[in-house]
Amino acid sequence: MSIENNEEFRPKIVAFCCNWCSYAGADLAGSSRLAYPADVKIIRVPCSCRVNPMFILRAFEKGADGVILCGCHPGDCHYTTGNFYARRRMTLLFSMLDYIGVENGRTRVEWVSAAEGVKFSTTMNEFVEKIRSLGKNVRLEDLRCRS
Amino acid sequence: MNTAKKQAELIKEISGVNPLKCMKCGKCSASCPSYNEMDIKPHQFVSYVINEDIEALVNSKSLWKCLSCFACVERCPRDVKPGKLIDAARQIVERQKGGDYLSPDEIPESLDPDIPQQLLVSAFRRYRR
Amino acid sequence: MQRIGVFVCHCGSNIAATVDVKKVAEMALMEPGVVHAEDYQYMCSEAGQLRIQEAIKEKNLGGIVVCSCSPRMHETTFRKAAEKAGLNPYMVEIANIREHCSWIHKDMEEATKKAVILMRAAVAKVNLNAPLQPGESRVTKRALVIGGGIAGIQTALDIADAGYPVDIVEKTPSIGGRMSQLDKTFPTLDCSACILTPKMVEANAHPNITIHTYSEVEKVSGFVGDFTVDIRKKARSVDMSKCTGCGVCQEKCPSKKTPSEFNRGLNNRSAIYTPFAQAIPNVPVIDREHCIKFQTGKCGVCAKVCQAGAIDYDQKDEIITEKYGAIVVATGFDMIKLDNYDEYAYSQSKDVITSLELERIMNAAGPTKGHLERLSDGKAPKEIVFIQCVGSRCADNRGKSYCSKICCMYTAKHAMLIRDKYPDVNVTVFYIDVRTPGKNFDEFYRRAVEEYGVNYIKGQVGKVIPQPDGKLLVQGADLLDNRQILKEADMVVLAAAIEPNPDVRKIATMLTASIDTNNFLTEAHAKLRPVESPTAGIFLSGVCQGPKDIPETVSQAGAAAVKAIGLLAKDKLMTNPCTAHSDELLCNGCSQCANVCPYGAISYEVKQVNDHGIREDRRIAVVNTALCQGCGACTVTCPSGAMDLQGFSNRQILAEVDAICR
Repeated sequence: MSIENNEEFRPKIVAFCCNWCSYAGADLAGSSRLAYPADVKIIRVPCSCRVNPMFILRAFEKGADGVILCGCHPGDCHYTTGNFYARRRMTLLFSMLDYIGVENGRTRVEWVSAAEGVKFSTTMNEFVEKIRSLGKNVRLEDLRCRS
Repeated sequence: MNTAKKQAELIKEISGVNPLKCMKCGKCSASCPSYNEMDIKPHQFVSYVINEDIEALVNSKSLWKCLSCFACVERCPRDVKPGKLIDAARQIVERQKGGDYLSPDEIPESLDPDIPQQLLVSAFRRYRR
Repeated sequence: MQRIGVFVCHCGSNIAATVDVKKVAEMALMEPGVVHAEDYQYMCSEAGQLRIQEAIKEKNLGGIVVCSCSPRMHETTFRKAAEKAGLNPYMVEIANIREHCSWIHKDMEEATKKAVILMRAAVAKVNLNAPLQPGESRVTKRALVIGGGIAGIQTALDIADAGYPVDIVEKTPSIGGRMSQLDKTFPTLDCSACILTPKMVEANAHPNITIHTYSEVEKVSGFVGDFTVDIRKKARSVDMSKCTGCGVCQEKCPSKKTPSEFNRGLNNRSAIYTPFAQAIPNVPVIDREHCIKFQTGKCGVCAKVCQAGAIDYDQKDEIITEKYGAIVVATGFDMIKLDNYDEYAYSQSKDVITSLELERIMNAAGPTKGHLERLSDGKAPKEIVFIQCVGSRCADNRGKSYCSKICCMYTAKHAMLIRDKYPDVNVTVFYIDVRTPGKNFDEFYRRAVEEYGVNYIKGQVGKVIPQPDGKLLVQGADLLDNRQILKEADMVVLAAAIEPNPDVRKIATMLTASIDTNNFLTEAHAKLRPVESPTAGIFLSGVCQGPKDIPETVSQAGAAAVKAIGLLAKDKLMTNPCTAHSDELLCNGCSQCANVCPYGAISYEVKQVNDHGIREDRRIAVVNTALCQGCGACTVTCPSGAMDLQGFSNRQILAEVDAICR
């Protein structure tokens, strides 16, 4: 650890949430005042299957330390089958990321329904904790992007 | 933190119970085979822990009248488990005797017909030096 | 680059207390493209919306970002406001700084920082927004109601009275549902059948209502306004058009050992049966699993005695396909299984019964002809104990976490009816809390105590021990008197928790309607849209949405009907313009997108394209925007990157990612 890292490490975390379940779950976590760290920023997508692996690579390239994808529970997808595609794609992507040095702990898929505000908040707390323990992501980041 | 608060926290930690989950249904008291022997009834254990009145709890008759049959643990609909609370309170008493630790020499003097032997065995297993 | 306006809402103190709104507005002005930024107390108010509209006109804004509550809350409000000011509604983006920021963070500096980042992401996205025009789709003016209980019947009647055709699909041989099993209803003690039967008859006679009993929904496709539903009409083995409902077949049927579902298994029925006397339609079905003819081939008594010649052993399941504009789910509830609560000895003694079983025992058409008697020996009980909250309000995995809501009232009803009819019977109720909110409800409960002398004891029962002499020893505690109670009872009645009909999960999956962990269907908004599912065109009626008593069910059924009528009354619906489209020059016609599309919205056309001056015919994906629902599965599947989703394009999402990671 270098000297300037004395201050607490605040990771950059991108959460992709599907509009129908997980985004609503995040809203419920909010209206139930279930706190989770401000390091998590949510991007709304219509369905977890809208998340292109490219988005996740781009996030790491731009300096994200962790990416989490949340969708409806398998079988409950608003578009019937979207989360099945997402699950397959992410399984492949995450194993590739792991291979190139972005550890599996930095990526996660979680199913959160619109009624699971508590689950959303605990998931985010756990995930941030995990990323904090892993420290800054040093792979994939495009150094030219560093400000 | 004052002693009572510390002890209450310790009871919660040892038992792994969140007493605030209790909805005061009384199923524990209804299930308890030693109910009539007790001065503090099983459903009241919870409020003693919540109100941090551990002094009264550890000095009560109930502490040693509980048979550890765990009928209340089994049937409690709220996962509050008064039996575990009382078990934890007993451990506090036992621990204090040896400064939080039990030594084998102390066991004979702790032997009391009212104490389930299993308690001593498990306390010794966990808190020997 | 758009000319962008940013509007930061205080939401009273909801946002302003934890987010420095002035700072967010100030920072917004530093973002590329932002030419206007302001903050205001309540952006969603009339005055707030006017401010937005004025800014759009004055500053000639091409896109706006509202930093406020969740887009699920007020996106439509702000889009409409923008449209009034002449801006395309899809040039509006919301940064959610309430649910996702101010409400979950306490530290002002941290929350402000996050709010600024969320604002930046929204600004980056709106910079790439393009004006979108919604399409139109037609509305099939016909509704489907799944479930023929009181909720389904009431919804169907209300829709039908408004002039629209309705189909009811009911799984069992008759409509009527749980309410038809009840004896009396609280708080007025009307006879349940007396108030339900007229409604059943009305539904059956209504020219706009078609009832499919002994039928199940098999498959649902399509979307709001245009659902296509396959309904399986199970083989009844009785010709509905010929049967006169005389009942001779049921009398003569030699197989009479099947537990009656309607009487909760307390007595037996014949293999050919109608569930109860007032069944609608009054046409029996043959339960093929228990019919001797179907099992061994030898019998055929019913066919011989049927004067109308209605028995048809060769009948087959039939699948009919219908189109609907709206679907109402009214699948109701059942009691939970009591396997996890064997301390109450339900499996050990016939005299430990559930409240619904007591309901059948009290009913004149029930297994005991309405006489209160023990099922084990037929003796009249002298001491009855009621146990409340069996399986309700359980935080462990044994039961349900919720309050079943109806038990306090029906137990008061049972206690009162028993004391009224049999004054020498002692009735004791063990309760945790008595919950009786509702018009005339608490008065009703107090009458049970004060006028009928029902003995209420605060304290849950620990155990019921069947005694060798047939009595039941009830071990409970009186928490208010601080004493343990051992009481001998002749009968114990358990107020078992109610749970949604187990089939509802299957139906929710077919409808893509959200469902919670307790299998209750989720409403679109807990307070403001309680009868709509988040899935457009799906409405919720009755207990499938949450525990309810009859008055509440009926009012919700009416509300669901009104919502469905509101949809059916429209000729055309505006469709979501956030649909996929393919770039002709990039598409290579590989068909992968069509394979993943759940709506069959993608087809292929051979089109002439002009690729940098070279004209050639190519096979190209074409999206039917009326069918596309905008999930985006195709956009990720497309190997050449030709597919993109309007409103959530690759560039827009990447811009958001960039802004967040900046």
